[in-house]
Amino acid sequence: MDLRFTPEEIAFRDEVRVFMREALPDAIRAKLIEGRRLVKDDLVVWQRILNTKGWAVPHWPTEWGGTGWSPVQIYLFRDEMQQAPAPEPLPFGVSMVGPVIIAFGNETQKKRYLPSIANLDEWWCQGFSEPGAGSDLASLKTTAKRDGGDYIVNGQKTWTTLAQYADWIFCLVRTDPAAKKQQGISFLLIDMKTPGITVRPIQTIDGGHEVNEVFFDEVRVPAENLVGEENKGWDYAKFLLGNERTGIARIGISKARIRRLKQLAALEQAGGRPLIADERFRCKIAAVEVELKALEMTQLRVVAAERTRNSNKPDPASSILKIKGSEIQQTISELLLEVIGPYALPDPIPHDDGERWNEPPIGPDWAGPLAPQYFNMRKTSIYGGSNEIQKNIIAKAILGL
Amino acid sequence: MDFALTDEQRLLQESVGRLFADHYAFGARNRYRQEPEGWSHSMWQRYADLGLLGLPFDESHGGSAGGPVETMIVMEALGRALVLEPYLATVVLAGGLLRLGASDAMRVDLLPKIASGDLILGFAHAERQARYHLSDIAVGARRDGSGYVIDGAKSLVLHGDSANKFVISARLGGGQHDRDGVGLFLVDAAAPGLSTRGYATVDGLRAAELALTGVRVDEGSVIGPPGAAFPLIERAVDMTIAALAAEAVGAMAAMHELTVDYMKTRKQFGVAIGGFQVLQHRAADMLVALEQARSMAMLATMMAPEDDVHERRQAISAAKVQIGRSGRFIGQQAIQIHGGIGMTMEYSVGHYFKRVTAIDTLFGDADYHLGLLAESGGLVAA
Ligand SMILES: Cc1cc2nc3c(=O)[nH]c(=O)nc-3n(C[C@H](O)[C@H](O)[C@H](O)COP(=O)(O)OP(=O)(O)OC[C@H]3O[C@@H](n4cnc5c(N)ncnc54)[C@H](O)[C@@H]3O)c2cc1C
Repeated sequence: MDLRFTPEEIAFRDEVRVFMREALPDAIRAKLIEGRRLVKDDLVVWQRILNTKGWAVPHWPTEWGGTGWSPVQIYLFRDEMQQAPAPEPLPFGVSMVGPVIIAFGNETQKKRYLPSIANLDEWWCQGFSEPGAGSDLASLKTTAKRDGGDYIVNGQKTWTTLAQYADWIFCLVRTDPAAKKQQGISFLLIDMKTPGITVRPIQTIDGGHEVNEVFFDEVRVPAENLVGEENKGWDYAKFLLGNERTGIARIGISKARIRRLKQLAALEQAGGRPLIADERFRCKIAAVEVELKALEMTQLRVVAAERTRNSNKPDPASSILKIKGSEIQQTISELLLEVIGPYALPDPIPHDDGERWNEPPIGPDWAGPLAPQYFNMRKTSIYGGSNEIQKNIIAKAILGL
Repeated sequence: MDFALTDEQRLLQESVGRLFADHYAFGARNRYRQEPEGWSHSMWQRYADLGLLGLPFDESHGGSAGGPVETMIVMEALGRALVLEPYLATVVLAGGLLRLGASDAMRVDLLPKIASGDLILGFAHAERQARYHLSDIAVGARRDGSGYVIDGAKSLVLHGDSANKFVISARLGGGQHDRDGVGLFLVDAAAPGLSTRGYATVDGLRAAELALTGVRVDEGSVIGPPGAAFPLIERAVDMTIAALAAEAVGAMAAMHELTVDYMKTRKQFGVAIGGFQVLQHRAADMLVALEQARSMAMLATMMAPEDDVHERRQAISAAKVQIGRSGRFIGQQAIQIHGGIGMTMEYSVGHYFKRVTAIDTLFGDADYHLGLLAESGGLVAA
């Protein structure tokens, strides 16, 4: 047992750190520090910078652009990128559909889709959830019927993150209505420009437009867009969701937010002295730092175990990371809300999707995004498998209950 | 000891309940928000017709001399309906200052206008640097001939962009944090030198920033003892906190009901999610939090008129702590149990969540009042 990274790992981390400092555009960094919303272009610009460096998809096999890094290196890379803070690469391509295509797709599909995912030339969204199928995803009803060389897709997806920008959607669809729940599902890639697809925005309580409903009305999809085998989609989805949960701890992001929290608590005056001088407030910050450190150690244990595990299945311990990671993000957002105190009240919602008002802000200029961010962070315990569902997984898969 | 409502109070409860059931469904609320001032004048007239706008005022001032319990009943109903109108700002807060501190002439002039729905008031007190410290007042009033001249900036004036008149606090003497040296003045919204910048708040209500440059007021516009008005402010704010506690309880109760209903209807895995024991326990915890909050709202209501400032402030702080904590827990869990739907603007539960979040930031959040309470020795004598 040794806590220290090797000298090589430390040298690697430093190299990443320098890169993040130099390559990340200041305007994007500032948005993330201040908690303002990113626009599509911010993600595209950053992804292309990464891709030029050869770091767009470190976890992929080297023949498709992967770096061949060890799990520890990938961890360090992600941590540095989150702490920078740099945008998280759009997960739907690089972390979700990309790995599924690599593991289960054919050569044609790999050549067709992977390079444009790595460079974010094509924007992907995730069409899993439906109005009636959330936690119980396998009860999904969207159908795909074979018709010659095509599938005809009918149904509705919902909560589809950033579908308004998407060129492609990967969907779970029911191809065998007679089969038992999980067994009649297939994994289909659908071009968003196909006739019969309608995207309707859903506004979230923070005022943002992050999620959508996607309707499919007699949508014709070439059969070659099926990934893997027909009716095996559920296995691919489980593989994908397992990947999603490991990335979801967001430890680096939480570190960056705590840094911001301390910075603002030093600026905010309370009773003639900075809020950070209030021991009670400092203790609250320290308490969440302890939680975060523990989570980081847990994450490192999972990462270290990856080296020796030879199972293709995700570690059920990733549920621990999801639960704690989301709770910590939520707690930090509460503390940021408390820092601005009464200036949580003005509604800063900009009308031009992500940019500032022309008028000066009400109260301190750092206050604006923090209340919406607190509201928005409630999503982290709902999506990616709700925290209740994660606990069910722990109870079943780890505890055998 | 008696927690029961009188027959008259029950009648009041029923009639406001009916008013909001008939006219304040979630869809109607969304429409009222689109009106020019962000709330409904026709509803305001209904409140006047029902006697709600004069509720705490004397009969001689067009009111019905209701006490804190009557205000609690109305505020809880307002909370359930997520009401947008400036009731708190006009009737409870600024109206309370006038009722408790204004001259007879001013009361005779203004209170009937509030009661009839013809006068909207704002209380311009908070300032940018003050955070939650009630006596941190930098806006100054200096004597000038027979009147005063006020200069400075006020912030977060609830419904300030709808107000016809403001009650403005300003410093006549003493240091910036002193309880002494504070005066209150009635100023017309159209007064030369006063400018207002209105904006929406996160809960869908309205507020305004006020800039005052050389605003002149005459002797007759002074409210309460000039230079010694702070205790009056404290009393009115304590009454307002009690009212907010009742509003928050209404909002929490509504969220809890929505959640329990949703648990009975939403099906996953072939069963209603209300069948999952973990969610049953969560809903039970929410009820515990709600009832604790309700109890403290009652305590605040009963203690709001208390003359012993120390006891009153302790009870008010304790209530604000409980309201803040219960509101946060119930709001967060209501969203969690609704899943994705809870995160949307189209559904009401998120709006309740935002209102209770906003209420926590008004007149000191849970943490601030916890500090006050601890410093004042706590509730159980050592
Ligand atoms: C902001 C956001 C972005 C999203 N992005 C996407 C996306 O891009 N693509 C996509 O496909 N989906 C997306 N989702 C959907 C997300 O995965 C679902 O919201 C989630 O699976 C929960 O489903 P639901 O909302 O239908 O809630 P429900 O499943 O109806 O759950 C309601 C409540 O019941 C609880 N519950 C359910 N079953 C059980 C059980 N067995 N035991 C105990 N408790 C239970 C849940 O934990 C929750 O608290 C997103 C959601 C949000 C909020």
